[in-house]
Amino acid sequence: MGKLKMVFLACLLLPVLALGLEPPTDLILKDAPNDDGSTVIVKWKLSASENEPSFAGYNIERSEFPADSFKMIAWVPKGTEVHEDNSIEVMGQSYYYRIAAVTESGDSALSAIAGPIATTQSWFNTGKLNTLFGTVLFISITILYIFWARRGNLFIRRIAGLDAVEEAVGRATEMGKPILYCNGIGLIDYISTVASLNILAQVTKKIAQYDTPITVPTADPVVHAVAREMVKEGYNSAGRPDLFKEDGVYFITSDQMGYAAALAGIMSRATPATNFFMGYYAAESLVLAESGAATGAIQIAGTDQISQLPFFITACDYTLIGEELYAASAYLSKEPLLVGSLKGQDACKLLIVFFVLFGTIWAVLFHSDFIYKLFSVN
Amino acid sequence: MKKNIPLAIVFILGIGFIIQFFIPSRPSQSIFNTMVEWDLILYVFASIIAVDSLIRHHVIKISRKTKGWGYSTVYLGAVVFMVLAAVFSGTREDSFYMKVFYYTLAPMQSTMFAILAFYMASASYRAFRAKSLEATLLLISAFIVMIGLIPQGAAIWSGFPKLSEWLMQVPNMAAKRGITFGIGLGATATSLKIILGIERNWMGGH
Repeated sequence: MGKLKMVFLACLLLPVLALGLEPPTDLILKDAPNDDGSTVIVKWKLSASENEPSFAGYNIERSEFPADSFKMIAWVPKGTEVHEDNSIEVMGQSYYYRIAAVTESGDSALSAIAGPIATTQSWFNTGKLNTLFGTVLFISITILYIFWARRGNLFIRRIAGLDAVEEAVGRATEMGKPILYCNGIGLIDYISTVASLNILAQVTKKIAQYDTPITVPTADPVVHAVAREMVKEGYNSAGRPDLFKEDGVYFITSDQMGYAAALAGIMSRATPATNFFMGYYAAESLVLAESGAATGAIQIAGTDQISQLPFFITACDYTLIGEELYAASAYLSKEPLLVGSLKGQDACKLLIVFFVLFGTIWAVLFHSDFIYKLFSVN
Repeated sequence: MKKNIPLAIVFILGIGFIIQFFIPSRPSQSIFNTMVEWDLILYVFASIIAVDSLIRHHVIKISRKTKGWGYSTVYLGAVVFMVLAAVFSGTREDSFYMKVFYYTLAPMQSTMFAILAFYMASASYRAFRAKSLEATLLLISAFIVMIGLIPQGAAIWSGFPKLSEWLMQVPNMAAKRGITFGIGLGATATSLKIILGIERNWMGGH
């Protein structure tokens, strides 16, 4: 009987407690800048009932009409003051918003209705203005260096890993064993894969002169098609189209560990004299490099994946670190145009070093994040 | 023509997509999405060529009885088996094909991934031999980082986790950022070289 009384009293009190629930206030709507017209930014002031233990969060509701037909479009937890509604499909259509403060038991308190708001699309993203400026500056510096490179020889520092390419090809030739060239598991739109294919072209030109067999197992169908053409053209440009073997460049699988297993098998069975690992690699990098090291092959690796670099440095004889992978084509060919672009890159790096130092000093002296903001992209 | 048409396509599309990057409007996004869809079509055709090359490679190995040709027969047999399984049982969750995938292929993939742990041990052994001053510094740093990440490290000395964190966040991060800057510029320069037609190795070095 006592319990029944308590339940009865609780039922009487619940509506009273619900009446005490305060709605969020000062609802502000803003058309998101620099977007395709699909986003409205909704801001509000937190409900005064936020500190109540049963307070759960806010329901965001939207309608095309000023007074009714509101539908819930999102829920956000308590403490949230901003929500980006990026589900607007019709630009120019007016929308109204309201926010409901809700408790865990399902009670709610509605804010005043805000609106109307209609979205518009932007034709230029002003948040990327610094990127545009940086791109134009970078392109200008690179083109300038390319013109300078045409006039005379520009100095490039020695890259041990690339100097070793000649030695690695020579070793394979002397031993009469094949060269294994891996492009990694990257797709053709990965710039490291493109850089790897550029190196493959240079390596093919060298091996075509010595009649050294090359095996290029690939992990992507498009990369396979490009690699095959490059190897074929490499033999053609060296004047030895007869040496090109169709089955030397073949697709294995797009599966990461399947690719690693296949390559480990090729290395242990064919025991290539030289292994090249160039391009994009993930967890399989160490499986490949260690399998190759176990066969005693000379190994040259290069990747822009920072997390895989330690594995390659440990298990390979030479490793192209990050940007050296991109520099390889220019370094091996020594073509003035390519060398010029490499020097342009170095000049830009110097500029970045300057900004890092300047920004650090500025931040320390003036306690300002002005330089940081200058490089932030919205 | 063989040289100029691909170069023109790359130049126009390259410059076009640089411009597209700065335009968030719907027509611009729509063009980008359409191009991504075209990429898929290209992928399908490339896949046909790729599978053809794979089968051709193994058939040649078997017909010439080259070293390890037996593996090629196992491989081709497995390919035919999986294709038939997919054709006759379908690819639903409870199909025979999916059972073969879950109980054979997936464990093999996991095994390859697990082997990585053993390779890490052997690579670490090689990397952490104190042969020079740099190698010794690396060994000491690695020891501190590793011991700082396990509960026993904090039990031995409460400063290990902090020192480990500092090594990762300060000297290691500085080196990583330096490499990242280089990679960013290198990738941009390579893209620019291809767009402007300076780098032509992708066309076979014409």
